[in-house]
Amino acid sequence: MSKLEKILQSAFFRTLLSILIGFAVGAIFLLAVNISPVEAYEKLFTSIFSSPKSLSYCVVYATPLIILGLSVAFSFRTGVFNIGAEGQFVVGSMAACVVGILVPAPPVILPILCIAAAAIAGALWGVIVGFLKVKWGINEVLSMIMFNWIAFYLSNYIADIPLIKSDGNAEATKNVQEAAMILLPESWIKGLGLCNSASWGIFIAAALAVMVYVIIEKTALGYRLKAVGYNRDAAEYGGINANLSIMTALAISGAMSGIAGATNLLGIGQRIAIFSAQESYGFQGIIAALIGANNPLGVFVGGLFYGAIKYGGSRLNIIGAPSEVVNVIMGTVIFLIAISHIFNFRLKKKKKGGDK
Amino acid sequence: MDNLINNLGILVYATLLYTAPLLYAAMGSCFSEVSGVVNIGIEGMMTMGAFTGAAVAYFTGNPWLGFLCAGLSGMAFALLHGVATVKFGADQTISGTAINFLAPGVAIVTAKAIFNSSDTIPLEPTSKMPILFSGVFSSGTPWSNFMKNVFSTYASTYLVFVVLVVVWFVFYKTRFGLRMRACGEHPMACQSLGIDVHRTRMICVCLSGFLAGLGGACMTMATSNQFRPTSIVGQGFIAIAAVIFGKFRPQGAMIGCLLFGLCSGLRVVIGSSSLNISVQLLSMIPYVVTVIVLIFFVGKSHVPAANGKPFVKAK
Repeated sequence: MSKLEKILQSAFFRTLLSILIGFAVGAIFLLAVNISPVEAYEKLFTSIFSSPKSLSYCVVYATPLIILGLSVAFSFRTGVFNIGAEGQFVVGSMAACVVGILVPAPPVILPILCIAAAAIAGALWGVIVGFLKVKWGINEVLSMIMFNWIAFYLSNYIADIPLIKSDGNAEATKNVQEAAMILLPESWIKGLGLCNSASWGIFIAAALAVMVYVIIEKTALGYRLKAVGYNRDAAEYGGINANLSIMTALAISGAMSGIAGATNLLGIGQRIAIFSAQESYGFQGIIAALIGANNPLGVFVGGLFYGAIKYGGSRLNIIGAPSEVVNVIMGTVIFLIAISHIFNFRLKKKKKGGDK
Repeated sequence: MDNLINNLGILVYATLLYTAPLLYAAMGSCFSEVSGVVNIGIEGMMTMGAFTGAAVAYFTGNPWLGFLCAGLSGMAFALLHGVATVKFGADQTISGTAINFLAPGVAIVTAKAIFNSSDTIPLEPTSKMPILFSGVFSSGTPWSNFMKNVFSTYASTYLVFVVLVVVWFVFYKTRFGLRMRACGEHPMACQSLGIDVHRTRMICVCLSGFLAGLGGACMTMATSNQFRPTSIVGQGFIAIAAVIFGKFRPQGAMIGCLLFGLCSGLRVVIGSSSLNISVQLLSMIPYVVTVIVLIFFVGKSHVPAANGKPFVKAK
């Protein structure tokens, strides 16, 4: 196989092609609804790259998507589809919020406590599903969907408790203490001209990406988890406790989703609103994981890309273009990635009956 | 006591009202899943149907035309899903996730282009789903009030149970139904008997999109009278849950849908009464109940053996 052919066949090239076609489909769609795609895309990209402030906003938007993407990617690699990332994210946010409001602790210690609480809550949410699966054989996709909703209503319920609820009229929790926030030092934000929500979250995301890489590729634990994912029976035959592996994988994945919730809350949200519908962060995480081909570095880049597009898309309303066109683009991209194996570029015809 | 009977009537009414959209979508999901294609794109197809139904009914004034177009629009996205998963063997969950982003995006962008807002203009009562038995039951005694409440529901609600019987018949009493179920269990065996697995699956996926579209239209043409971005929030996933709950059988899925419908109904009745129960906790009930029922009563659900696995034709 020539070098060029290798590049054309790589997952990276296919993803890139999918993204380009995704934008083309978005453009056709914009034309169909009488909006100039040139103008819309110009606005999209200029709002992303216009200043350090807008770039830092993209990073802020991207942070939870990267961490959720890592969580989903981790679960994919271990043979479980973590459609429950949404619920784990929600319970994680709420756990961090409760600790951030109620626990009197100094700066540095308090955010660590919040993030730890979020990780534990998310892991618990994942382990319950794993337990239901291994103990009673309950389909994990079903129980994850159930637990997403239970988390959603639980969060709304907790946000309504007088101890937690905002003192004003807002349908939201109180703000977490200033000490709990993980914002970058003010001098940095001012000095570099970043947005006010620039936080340590992206560094946490980077650390988690490294952690996922190490666990999956370099440890016996990761080997066991992957083995169960590939072939549960074979793994069991090889002496691996498959039930324990499934629960461990879901615990780790859940903990990461929980941390994603915490970084979002402590970086930009500061409080949790009572929602009428799920925010579907979990599905956005799935998208980040898919763009990144479930590879930690890929997910990091994929999450940044998605975060930037999400931020740029939110600016489209200014020129009267619907920001939902971003969903059309991303939906198309994922759809194309799903069928990308049909983009088969071969430079020379393979010899018949060559390799068997 | 009279009040109780009255409330009971409202409860039955609300339960049926919330069950109908779920049941349409759940029957769709049944078709797709038993033929061996996981379709989590149901949610997106419902959203598309919800928008198309409301928009077509608004412009034509004909609710049934709107309803039909809603089904067709759901089917269009199902076709995409089918081509990707059946023809090209794409990962079914990923393709479904893509549909769930794509379809609501298309629906909302189109709504903004046509209506200048993400909401459609509310339907006149004449363009909404007709109420079949209005005026048949007079109010007066508590029980006639009860009947009046129960039968003040929309045509689409009665229709769903008719469709259920038809779907049941197709599943268990027709050749197509047998073949379709066989394709979900052992596609290779089907092919060896000369059944076109890809074609069967393709038909099933398209039917699932059509029914999901109808379910979505129920939300915007009967339960409410306009499309909003929040019209479909998770109903598709609840329908899928009801199908797994019902062990991939239409009649089982109906029980699942009724359970969710009942809890939504309870929320309406208790929410409008003076009882001091947290709406949030009440809303949680169906999900908790589902998990508990699965643990104690249903046990291991038999997933169609070839569900989720692309079938590559043998040469």
